[in-house]
Amino acid sequence: MYIAVASGKGGTGKTLVSTSLALCAADLECTYVDLDVEEPNGSIFLAPEIREEIPFTLRVPEIDESRCTFCEACANACTFNALAILPPAKKTMFFPDLCHSCGVCTYVCPAAGAVREVPREIGKIRTGSSGDIGFIEGRLNVGQLSGVPLIKGITNDYIDKQRLYIVDSSPGTSCPVVETLKKSDYVVLVTEPNPFGLNDLKLTVELVKELGKDAGIVVNKDNGRSTVMDEYSREAGIPVILRIPYSIDIQKSYSNGVPLVESMPGMMGKFKTLLGNITGEK
Amino acid sequence: MKNFKEIVVISGKGGTGKTTLTASLADIMPGTIIADADVDAANLHILLEPENIRGNPFTGKSTAEINSDLCTGCNLCRELCRFRAVEVTGGRYHVDGYSCEGCGLCKIACPAGAIQMKEQVVGKWFTADTELGDFVYARLIPGAENSGSLVTMVRFQAKLAAVKKNVKTVLIDGPPGIGCPVTASISGVDLAIIVTEPTYSGISDLRRVFDLTGHFNVKSGIVINRFDINPGNTKKVEDFAREKGIPVFAKIPHSRCIMEEISRSRLPSRKCKHLARAVEEIYRHIQTNLWHKEPMNLKKGGSKK
Repeated sequence: MYIAVASGKGGTGKTLVSTSLALCAADLECTYVDLDVEEPNGSIFLAPEIREEIPFTLRVPEIDESRCTFCEACANACTFNALAILPPAKKTMFFPDLCHSCGVCTYVCPAAGAVREVPREIGKIRTGSSGDIGFIEGRLNVGQLSGVPLIKGITNDYIDKQRLYIVDSSPGTSCPVVETLKKSDYVVLVTEPNPFGLNDLKLTVELVKELGKDAGIVVNKDNGRSTVMDEYSREAGIPVILRIPYSIDIQKSYSNGVPLVESMPGMMGKFKTLLGNITGEK
Repeated sequence: MKNFKEIVVISGKGGTGKTTLTASLADIMPGTIIADADVDAANLHILLEPENIRGNPFTGKSTAEINSDLCTGCNLCRELCRFRAVEVTGGRYHVDGYSCEGCGLCKIACPAGAIQMKEQVVGKWFTADTELGDFVYARLIPGAENSGSLVTMVRFQAKLAAVKKNVKTVLIDGPPGIGCPVTASISGVDLAIIVTEPTYSGISDLRRVFDLTGHFNVKSGIVINRFDINPGNTKKVEDFAREKGIPVFAKIPHSRCIMEEISRSRLPSRKCKHLARAVEEIYRHIQTNLWHKEPMNLKKGGSKK
């Protein structure tokens, strides 16, 4: 089973919740997967032993100017403007940051062997374990524009659904989040009870509904006074499945990389029940 | 040569206080265009209460569409598509719009001419008036791609407004992370304010986003929010800043006041004195960094104490 933890707004506690879920599922053959590839932080809390770190590459074109006829077919076909051909100067230019690795240039090139594809690293996939919990992390190289291929690489090749996967998403509602949620069986939406949290939760719920996923809301930093989330939960038909109290102590231990279920052992039971409810439903 | 400066507030990690800081700065900076570049989870409008909103559709990428009447089911598009966007349901070929990146390879390859590329509206951008100045923001349709190009549109509109109104600054609320929308938010700006918090996660993300500013040759300064929740980690941030030669513009203490004002959608710097002082300090740093001169007067009526 694939449980994604998402939020819309950043800093609401995705990593806090996902690492806690993983820690309380240690006896369930569980793997924690960090797909917040732009800013992966799960390893801070789980302190995994990394056994393998492999570069993740995309295939990008390399043009052999001795074979190129400078016909510009590749540059004209490339909708991302990653290629420029200068026929008078007999020069070709490639802008790797713009390339989506779609292969259209190779496909349209009429000159034999002028465009070949070479691997280009955009990030790393690190795997290992933390005690009984499996650990997988995607880490985008700084300066790379999109983590989507890396996320796709992990969901396609590392997640088989035989085990329980707790998947930490990036914030927002755009393409990396879609890619992370696409294969999920259940989405845990972490929010905080203020207008920012509510606004971004609504956007994420729109996405979750569009993708047809089951979801539940975790209200973090709950001061017990605000009812905005309860009202919205009723209106949207998505249950509030857990509340984490507002506490400066939680924030302090979080700041030192201590998982919530360790700093507040009382939460362990709540997370176990939550997980039981989610996995039992399916 | 433009005669205004662009300042972006970024963080790497989400939830460190970018939006609160941007709005508070806008409240005291005279003559500023305000832009929200966090297009997939925009929040600045909640504090700014925009009026007279003008919305414009934003057309992003094209995605492929298969005409089933012409499709012969040869499967070539499905074999060629590297984004696994072509699906077959009940013998019918169709394209998953979320997966399609719009490269057009399938259209070029289709022997039956059954595939067309169709432009998609992926969001909307808005211009509006606020008490604090002209405001440009956007809303990406949840799940859409091209957040980077929508950010570029927001910045373009903000710059246009800056020229029209002849103002000195464009203040941009950036998105979290280090990917395409962040890159689009910071490339070519005059100053990046990096808001961080003294947590292991905050520090890890600070390092990555700082590397990104280096990548684009953007000058930066650090603001440590809620610095007093972990003095040891705050020292680590300060050591990092010293090592990299980045100034720490201000340290903002943790305060319930800020949380409560945000929960009422009110601008916290007007009530929370610690924040107001820090924001003034940041503004002075902005002045010396961008104009190398004595601070201009603060906006009248802003930052009520």
